[in-house]
Amino acid sequence: MNKTGIGARVRRLEDDRLVHGRSRYVGDIKMPGMCDVAFLRSPLAHARIKAVNKPDGCGNRILCAEDLEGVRPIVAESTLPSYRTSEHWPLARDKVRFVGEPVAMAIGRNRAEAEDLLEEIDLRLEALPPVITPAVSMAEDATLVHDQWQDNMFLQLSVGQDPADARDNAEVVITREYRTARQVMNPMEGKGVVAWWDYRDGQLVVTTSTQVPHVIRNGLARCLGIDEALIRVIAPEVGGGFGYKCVLQPEEIAVAWLAWTRRKPFRWLEDRREHLTAGANTREHHYSLTAYADKRGRLLGMDAEVTVDVGAYSVWPFTAGLEAAQAGGNLPGPYDFREYRCQVNAPATNKPPFTPYRGVARPGVCFAMELTIDAIAREVGREPWEVRMENLVPADAMPYVNVTNKHYDSGDYPGSLMIAKDEIRFDEIRERQKTPEPDGRLIGVGFATYTEQSAHGSKVFAQWGLALIPGYDEARMKLTPDGGVEVRVGIQSIGQGLQTTLAQVASEILSIPVDRIRVLMGDTGTTPYSYGAFASRGIVMAGGAVSRAAEALSERIRIVAARPLGCAPEQVRLQDDRVQGPDGNSLSFAEVGRIWYLRPDELPEGDRHGGLEVTEAYRPKTDQGVFSYASHAVVVAVDPDTGKVELLDYVIVEDAGTVVNPMIVEGQTIGGAVQGIGSALFEEVTYDDQGQPLSSTLADYHLPGAAEAPHIRIQHTESPSPHTAHGIKGVGEGGAIAPGGAIVNAINDALAGLGVELNQIPATPERILKAVLSARAAKEKAS
Amino acid sequence: MKPVKFDYLPARDGAEAVRLLTEHGDEAKCIAGGQSLGPMLNLRLARPAVLVDLHRAEDLTGVEESRDAIVYGGAVRHADFEDGRVADAARGMLPFVASRIAYRAVRNRGTLGGSLSHADPAADWVCVMTGLGATYLLRGKKGVREVAAEDFIQAAFMTALGANEILAGVRVPRLSESARWGYYKFCKKVGEFSQATGVVVVDPERGYSRVLVGALDSPPVPLEPVAEALAEDGPDGALAVLDAAVDTALGDYPEVNRQLYKVAVRRALAQIGATR
Repeated sequence: MNKTGIGARVRRLEDDRLVHGRSRYVGDIKMPGMCDVAFLRSPLAHARIKAVNKPDGCGNRILCAEDLEGVRPIVAESTLPSYRTSEHWPLARDKVRFVGEPVAMAIGRNRAEAEDLLEEIDLRLEALPPVITPAVSMAEDATLVHDQWQDNMFLQLSVGQDPADARDNAEVVITREYRTARQVMNPMEGKGVVAWWDYRDGQLVVTTSTQVPHVIRNGLARCLGIDEALIRVIAPEVGGGFGYKCVLQPEEIAVAWLAWTRRKPFRWLEDRREHLTAGANTREHHYSLTAYADKRGRLLGMDAEVTVDVGAYSVWPFTAGLEAAQAGGNLPGPYDFREYRCQVNAPATNKPPFTPYRGVARPGVCFAMELTIDAIAREVGREPWEVRMENLVPADAMPYVNVTNKHYDSGDYPGSLMIAKDEIRFDEIRERQKTPEPDGRLIGVGFATYTEQSAHGSKVFAQWGLALIPGYDEARMKLTPDGGVEVRVGIQSIGQGLQTTLAQVASEILSIPVDRIRVLMGDTGTTPYSYGAFASRGIVMAGGAVSRAAEALSERIRIVAARPLGCAPEQVRLQDDRVQGPDGNSLSFAEVGRIWYLRPDELPEGDRHGGLEVTEAYRPKTDQGVFSYASHAVVVAVDPDTGKVELLDYVIVEDAGTVVNPMIVEGQTIGGAVQGIGSALFEEVTYDDQGQPLSSTLADYHLPGAAEAPHIRIQHTESPSPHTAHGIKGVGEGGAIAPGGAIVNAINDALAGLGVELNQIPATPERILKAVLSARAAKEKAS
Repeated sequence: MKPVKFDYLPARDGAEAVRLLTEHGDEAKCIAGGQSLGPMLNLRLARPAVLVDLHRAEDLTGVEESRDAIVYGGAVRHADFEDGRVADAARGMLPFVASRIAYRAVRNRGTLGGSLSHADPAADWVCVMTGLGATYLLRGKKGVREVAAEDFIQAAFMTALGANEILAGVRVPRLSESARWGYYKFCKKVGEFSQATGVVVVDPERGYSRVLVGALDSPPVPLEPVAEALAEDGPDGALAVLDAAVDTALGDYPEVNRQLYKVAVRRALAQIGATR
C-alpha cells in the first residue's frame, strides 16, 4: 500500500496551523478603512413595521430595507407539489417574522460604535399574534405568517400508500408521539463576512464563512442583480459549518451590497447571542406514528405523520420543504418492511428559518424509528436487539430497494448490530442489572441502527424539485516544474480534514506522497465549480473528481516520460514516487516537470500534448446517493433521584465503504456523536408564549463539553460502494444521527422497572425526574 | 455585542476604590474578576460610565490569619483557594468548593468578593459562607462595618452594600478539629450553575450546627430543625426530619424542584461521615 494513499492513517495536514492558531478566519482579516456593521434585530416574533426612524444626521450610517436599492429577496424555489415560496428580504419589509430578524443595519468604525448607533434607531412595531408552534400554525383561522397565503403551510405531502394489509394483519399495534427540540448548531466560529471592491480585477470580493462558496456566488448574483463575473467569493478557514453555513444568509447580501455600492470594505461578525436567537433554526420534529407488527415483532407496515416546524422563511437553495420531505423519505431507515405511509407537514411559524443540520432529518427519524422498535420489543416481550436483527435489511438482500425507493448499495446492517452488541458486552450488562447498584443508580443499555444517505446525486435533488441541483464536482490538478502537485477544488474545508483526504486520493494514484500535494480550495476565483461541503458528499464527489483528475494527469505524465524512458506511454507506470519504465529505468516527477515546463525542446516535435494541468468533473455511476450505516450501543446510569444521566460506555460500529483515512473517519464520527449527545441530553431552545427565545446565552443553552463526552469506542467495517470511485461513501454526518435513539432507548431500559417511557429529547434531568415522580404517583394511586 | 463606552480606573487599594466610587457616584461600578459583570457589559445590561477595578488593590488580595478566624481579601480568587495559595479555615471545605466553581478559566479570574457582591443565589460562595457563619467586612467612607453573611444577601442579586461601599474582606471562623462539613450541588452539566445546593456544617466543639438549602430564587434558607437534629442525633437524625423541613420551608416550589433540594441536602449530609 502507498504509505500516504487511500486507507493510510495520515496525520491531518491542517492541524499544525489550526492548533497553533495560525490560520485565517473571517474575523482575522483586517483591511485599511474597514467598517463594522451591526444589525438591528426584531425584538418581537411577529409584528407589522410601522416605522424605522433614524436619528438626524446618521443617514448614510444607518440603513433599512428601502435604502438597499436594487436588492432582491431570497426566494427558494422547488417544484415539490404544494410547496410555497417565501420572500425573505435581507432587511425586513412590512413585517418582522421572528425574534432576531434583521430590520436595519448601522455602520461604525468598530462594532461598539455601530451598536451605539443601533440604539439611536426608533423602531415602531405593531405587535401581531405570534405563531409559535405547528399546532397554532396549522389551526383553522390561524394568524398568517405570510399575509398573501391562504394558510401557513410551506409544504404538505403524502408519501406512500395506506398500509391497509399491515393494519388488517397486525398482531401488535404500537402508537406513539415523539418530539425533538429546536436547536442551534453552534459552530465554534459563527457566521462572518468581509466584503470589498477589488479595483484591479473589477470584482466585488466577498470573504465569507461558508461551506459553499460557489453556491453563494450564484445566490449573491441573483439577489444583488449583478453578473457572476463581477463577484468573487472566498471562504477562508471555516470553524465548523454543520449546515448553518450552507445557505445564503441575509447578512451576506446586506454586507456585499454595501461593498458593491460604496466600493469600500465592510465587515459583520455574528456574535453568540445573535447566533443563539436568530440561529435557532433546526431539528424540531413532531411525530405521530403507528407501527404494525406480528407477534414476534416483525414489522409489517407503518403509518406516520411528521411535522417539522420550519420557521418563517424558506432558505436558499435547500428550501423549507427539504427537511420534511427527507423525514418522510428516510423514516423507514435500515428496516425491511413493505407498507408505509407518511403525511409530511412543514408549517411556517414565527421562528428563524429552518436550516438542515448535520444528519438532515435523520436524527429525528432515527429517534422515532429506534424508539418504536424498542416499544415493539417491550410489547412482544423480546430483547430489542433481537427484534432489530429480524427487521434489518439482511446482507444477502443487497443491493436492496426499500419502501421509499432508496437504493441501499452495500453493507451488512445486522452484522454491525451484532458487533455493537458484543463490543458493549450486552450479556454482562443484563447480568449487572440483576443486582442493585451501590449508588442507587439504574443501569440501562440501548441500541440504534441507521442508514446515512451520503453524496446524494442529481436524481435525489431533482426529486426534491430544487432549483439548484448538485451533481458533478470538479477538480483541477497540476504537476509543478519541481515535481509537486497542486490540486484545486471548489469544495470547502470546514474542519473535516478534506485537504488531507483529497491529497491522499491524489497520492494513491500518482504515488507522490501527500507532503508534496497542495490542496487549494474555497475561492471561486481560483477553483473550478463545486456545490460545496454538505450532505456527506465531499470525499465522494470531490474525492471522485480528484481521482479522475489524477488519472488524467497521469496520462499526460506518461506521454512526457515515454520518450526519455524509451518506451510507449502505456508502458510507463507511476509507482513509489517515481515515473517508471519497463526496463527498471525511471524518472523523478521533477524531471518530468522540468522537461515539460523548462526544456520543451526535449519533447518530440509536433507534439500536441495538452500540458501538465488538467480539469476533470465527476459524478458517481448511479446517482441515488450511497448508503453508509452504523450501529450505536450505549450503557447509561440514570439517577432516579435527580434524573441525571451518565454515559458509562459508548460503542459505534460504522461502515463508510472504503475508508480514505481511518483517523479522520474516527474524528468525524466522534464529533458527530458528541453533537448527537447534545441533542439527546442537553440542547433545547425554548420560547415563551410570545415567541421570545429563553436561551439567548450559553448559560441557558447547554452544549455537551469534554466532561459530558464519554470515551467513544469505534469499530470500522468496510463495504465498498459499487457505484463510486474507490468504493468510498460519505461519513461526515453519521455520528450525529443515532445518539438520541440509542441513549433514550438505554434510559427507557434503565427505567423500565419504574414504568417510565420517555419519548422526547433532550432527555433533561427535569424531564426524567418528572416522569419518575409521576410514574411513582400513578403506582401509589393504583395500589 | 460590545459594551457601551466606559472609563477604566484601577484602584491601588480599598480606600482609593471607595474614593473613586464616591467621586463618580451612580455612574461607577466595581469590577474584580469580571466573570459576571463582563458578560453583562457585553450584553449592555450593565452600562456604567466608570469601572473601578479592584483586582490589583493590595489590601484586597491578601489574607490575615488569627487564632479563631481567617480574613480573606475580597479580591482573592477562586483558584487561590483551589490551589492552596491561601490558608483554609474550614478543614478542606474551601478548596473543595472552589475547585468546583464553574470552569478553571472562570476560577482563574473570579473573586470571592465579586461573587458575593453579585449575590446570585446559585453561587457557591453565597451558600458556603452563609453555612460557615462568615462575617463580611464592608469598607465605606466612614471605615469598615461588619455584616453577617446571612444578613448581607437580601434577595437575589440584592445585598446590604451601601452606595460607595466595597466588600473588602470575609472573616471565616476556623472549624475545630471535630467539625464536619458536607457540600453538594446539582448541576445539569459540569461547570454550570447549581440548580439545588445543600450545605451542612457541624462543629460540636463550638456548639455550631447549620444546614442550608441553596440555589433558590432567593437567598439560601436555613433548615433549623435539620440542623438541630444533626447536632443532637447526628446525620441519621437529620435525615429523618429532612423531607418535612424542606416541604415546610419550600412549600411554594414545584415537586420536582423540592425533590432536587432534598437530594442535595441529603447528599451533603451523607458526606458528614466522610469529611474530617
